[in-house]
Parts: sequence; structure tokens; C-alpha cells
Amino acid sequence: MNKQMPDKPLDVAIAGAGIAGAALGVALKQTLGGGFSVAMFDPALAREPARDDRVVAIAGGARRLFEALGVWERLVEAQPIRAMEITDSKLSDAVRQTFLEFSEDEEGEPFAHMVENRALIVALREAAEEAGIELVASGIDSYLADESFATFSSGEKQYRARLLAAADGAQSRLRSLAKIQTIARGYDQSGIVATIGHAREHDSKAVQHFLPSGSFAILPLTGKRSSIVWTEASAEAKRIVALPPAEFLAELELRFGLQLGELEVLSPARAYPLQISIARSFIAERLALVGDAAHVIHPLAGQGLNMGLRDVAALAECIADNARLGLDPGAPELLSRYQRWRRADTVAMGLATDGLNRLFSNDSTPLKYLRDLGLGIVDRAPALKKFFAREAAGLTGDVPKLLRGEFI
Amino acid sequence: MVEAQRKPRETTIDAAEVSRFAAMSREWWAPRGKMRPLHALNPVRIAFIKDIACDLFDRSPRKLDCLSGLRVLDIGCGGGILSEPLARLGAEVVGIDPAEENVEVAKLHAEQSGLAIDYRAATAEELADNGERFDIVIASEVVEHVAHLSLFVKRAAEMVKPGGFIAVTTINRTMKSFALAIVGAEYVLRWLPVGTHTWDKFVTPEEMYDEFSIYGLAEIDRGGIIFNPLSGEWRRGLDTDVNYMIAAKKPG
Repeated sequence: MNKQMPDKPLDVAIAGAGIAGAALGVALKQTLGGGFSVAMFDPALAREPARDDRVVAIAGGARRLFEALGVWERLVEAQPIRAMEITDSKLSDAVRQTFLEFSEDEEGEPFAHMVENRALIVALREAAEEAGIELVASGIDSYLADESFATFSSGEKQYRARLLAAADGAQSRLRSLAKIQTIARGYDQSGIVATIGHAREHDSKAVQHFLPSGSFAILPLTGKRSSIVWTEASAEAKRIVALPPAEFLAELELRFGLQLGELEVLSPARAYPLQISIARSFIAERLALVGDAAHVIHPLAGQGLNMGLRDVAALAECIADNARLGLDPGAPELLSRYQRWRRADTVAMGLATDGLNRLFSNDSTPLKYLRDLGLGIVDRAPALKKFFAREAAGLTGDVPKLLRGEFI
Repeated sequence: MVEAQRKPRETTIDAAEVSRFAAMSREWWAPRGKMRPLHALNPVRIAFIKDIACDLFDRSPRKLDCLSGLRVLDIGCGGGILSEPLARLGAEVVGIDPAEENVEVAKLHAEQSGLAIDYRAATAEELADNGERFDIVIASEVVEHVAHLSLFVKRAAEMVKPGGFIAVTTINRTMKSFALAIVGAEYVLRWLPVGTHTWDKFVTPEEMYDEFSIYGLAEIDRGGIIFNPLSGEWRRGLDTDVNYMIAAKKPG
């Protein structure tokens, strides 16, 4: 490899141009401007974003972040969720009793918007280019950190950066290079994802059925379409996605119900194994883990992306505060502040969704009474309900400014 | 220095204090080292200085080069923990420290950081004698170590350009500061080597105010620096009983 002398050091280098990485880059560049150098490294930048049937639920805080970054206005196909219904039943139950219903609050703000993964990545890339981020279409496969810099090579070139942000996904290469262990647990469950067409309007309502094998979520998309996230034991999920179309449809109808009329599978169903994994540390010398590199949580409460964006907003705020005081964006004090801010929150959310999953993925009758009692109490207590809704929207606790829609 | 030794009453330097910091200078930049409290204090004191500068010199505090073109003197710069961020914000910084070893540490580190800072092993009175002038003169965690406060303030004040200001951060002389800064920080928490501070050399805000007034400086800002033991962070507050910051302007 032709190793050249490193150029002027970067302020921040970002590994990974996914949603978290690109959002971090845009936040930093828009906030700190030309005097602050940001580069983003990802082999995926060499081509158009891949086809992806997955959708993301963007909660209130995350939407405000995208609004503040000027990314929201680029998303034309965002479907608001204006109501949510949660049921708890056995598959054989003729009627699914509703235990919990949320509708949007007094201000008329939707709980979340459903956006297709790919559309979000395209919008973020455009914003990244316009913001003047240096885009490098190769990855970072190794790095060395000393007291002043992280030194690494990407493609044929050597770089130095004050801070290396690892947004390189659940299997983060930088995380393993930094020898950061993860606390991981597989569920032996998979999430089946597919886009479903239906004859009737969904009226912007999301539905989550807690079935004994796991949760079955129906998330409204634009038009007469919904995305499903259907949790099953992994072996069963594998069997289901391999079924011939007619049989798949029959299994689907059993869970989806017929309240929206006749169903049609618009995209081939795929199964993604579920896991919970939280990095033992979110930081190492000159390194910060962001998004899935730091944590993958059970998708049950739809919090994965929103947690990642909380990381982005918190890290961007720490860096901006430091940079405006002339302080090093990779200083140990800054990294400690980021870790204090984010890790406890993540562990709490991880435990909560893990607990919910265990509580609900269970056919035991006493447990069912217990959880129905719990849901019933929440349904009758407006303050509690509001708390859960705000928590789900990422608006509780020490909320980073960008998630409140404020500029940093 | 030879001059100073012949006339000991004319100097602001205490020789025993200088050798104590020289022994610590290699530790300046170790992030978890002995100077951790100073690194932790940095954001508060930089914000204090920067906000006043942006106000007086009409700069935008959101800009990364908000101090560009301003000439700053950092008295007792040590390893450069305060000089470097000020230089990064665009200031032309002169950092002085009587301990040669500190200055060497600071020079080396600035070079590694890619910053041009004029570090000198010199005393405030030497620069004042040379007629040097600055927009901002800073004495951070210094006045509690000088041998002769009034002389120190006199020489520092001379170097402030009309319209410029002097900023001091230090420890108050109260029962609370004795308990926290000496018993707490030196003996109990072991943040600082025992003997770093001598309580009776601490200066109260009123004494600083009086000294400023004598040498024609008008107080423009004062604030406490409060430690939060839970987060390990310092923040600005109203309580000036222990650590505090004070700034005074030379009329333009």
C-alpha cells in the first residue's frame, strides 16, 4: 500500500454512512461550519443506497432532529402514526381485546412517522454532500490512538483525526479493534418484515398485537400499505418466510386480521434475527461508538433508531460545546460526558424492552392476567399514558438540544 | 531573575512554589493524571473569558475563531492547558511560566497540536518591563501562589491595553475553602499534592476588587465555580466562597 504522509488532521472522522453516521456528520458540519473538518468513510458511498424493505419509525424527538438538520423537508413519503392500539391475545381468540389505546396528544403531534430506510439514507447523503462533508468511498479497517489523535488508513491514504466516531453498525469493526466487549443476548427470535397492501385505509393507525410467540406490529405506510414486523421463534420464522405465497398469506391473515380488508404481500418477506447487545463501554481513547455499534435493542418498542439518534444528538452537542471553547473534540473529558449521558439511558431502555418481550412472549395464564392488569392500569391513568408516550418519543430525561428541535 | 534575587522584595515569584510545579510538569497533559482537576475546570474558565471577550470586542460566541486577532497573555501557563484552547479560538497567545520545565512541556504539546503559541520562561514583571501590551491578561489559579499580590496586580494591569481586560480565577479565603480546597482536595481526595496551597495566601474577591481599583481597573464580571461531585463537572454559579472568577476592564 502506498502510504502517504497524513494531511492536516481531521476534527472528526466518521466510520459508516448509515443513518446515525450521516446524521452525526450533518449535525456537526451544519453547527460548526467550515472551520471544522468532518469526513465520512464507507465503501457503500461508492454506489446508490441498496434496496431495503425495512422502514423506520421516527419518533417526535428524532423528527425534530431531522427538521433542525434540514433533512425532514427532503422526505416526501413520511406517513404519520396518529393512533396506536395494543392488544394482548392468543392466536385462537376470535376477538382481540384492546387493552391500551393512544391517540395523538392535544397539540396534534403524531406519535411517529413511518419512513422507508432507503429514503432516509438518500436524504441524509444529499444533506451530507451539501454540508461539505468529505465523503470517502472506502472503509476504516484499523486504527491507532494516541494522546492526541486517532491514526488510520482508508483505501490508499492515511488520515489523522481528533475523534473517530464509529457508526459502523451492529458488527462494528472499530468496536472490536478497540477491544470493547458487548453484553449480548440472542432471543432465538426473528422479526419477519414485509410490506403489505390492504383494501381499506389504515387511518394512520398502528396496531401491536402481543401474541404468545411475540409481538406482531402493523405500521402504516403511505397509501393503502402497511409494514409488518412479525416476531416468531427463529425456526418458525424461517419456515414462514419460505412458505408458498398462498400459505404465507393465510398465516398472515390469521395475525393481521381482516379489519383492513383483503391483504396482498407487496414485497417478499424476510426474517431478521433479533438480539439485544450493549457495548460494555461506549468510548475508548479517541473513539466514540454511535448507534448500532453501541447498542442493538429488541425492536419491540421501535426504539432502535431513536436510541441511535439520541447518541448522535448528544455526541454532536458535546463536540459543539467543546469546539466553541477551543477544546479538543476527542478529549477524554468529552468522551466521559458522552458516555455518562448515553450509556445509562441505553441500558435502561434495553432492559425495559427486554423485560417487555419476556413479559409478553409468554403463554402462561397468570402472567397474562398480570400484564393485562398492568396495561389496564396504564390505559386508565392519563398521566402514566402520557409518560409512556413521551418516553417512546424520546422526550424524557436529559434530552439533547437537537432532539428538542433546538440548534446547538 | 538575577535582578530579582538581589532585590527579593521586588519580585512576585516564590522560589519554593516554582520547584513544586516543575516536579509536576510532566503530568500536565496526562488526561487522568494529577492535573485532572484543571482539565475539568477548563470549560468554565474558558467560557468566562470568551464570553467577556465576545462582549467587549463584539464577536459572535458561536464562531470557532471568535478570539481571532486578540493578543492574550496567560500568566502561569503551566503545560498550556488554558493557552491551547484560547489559541484554537484564534487568539495570539503568549504563555509565560517561571518554571522552564513547564514551558518545555507546553511548547512540545503545542507543536503536536499544530498550534503556534509563544511560550516563554519568564515572569509577568519581565514582560511588563519590556512594555508588552495585551487585549486580555489572564491569571488563572496563579494569584494564590504569588509572593506579593499588590505588586503582581500592578504589573499585570500595566500590560492591559485600554479597552482590554484582566481575568483572574482563584480560591477564596473562607472556612469553607479551607475545608474544601485544602483538607478536601489535598488530604482527602488527593486531587492535588499536599502543600499545593497555603490557605493564608488565598485572596478574597473583595481584596481582588480593591487591588483592581487601585490600578485603575473596573470590575465587570464575577462568578463562583461550583463542583458537582456526582458528575465530576464544574459549572459557573453564584457562590464565590471557594473557587471564583473575577474580571476587570481597563477604560478604553
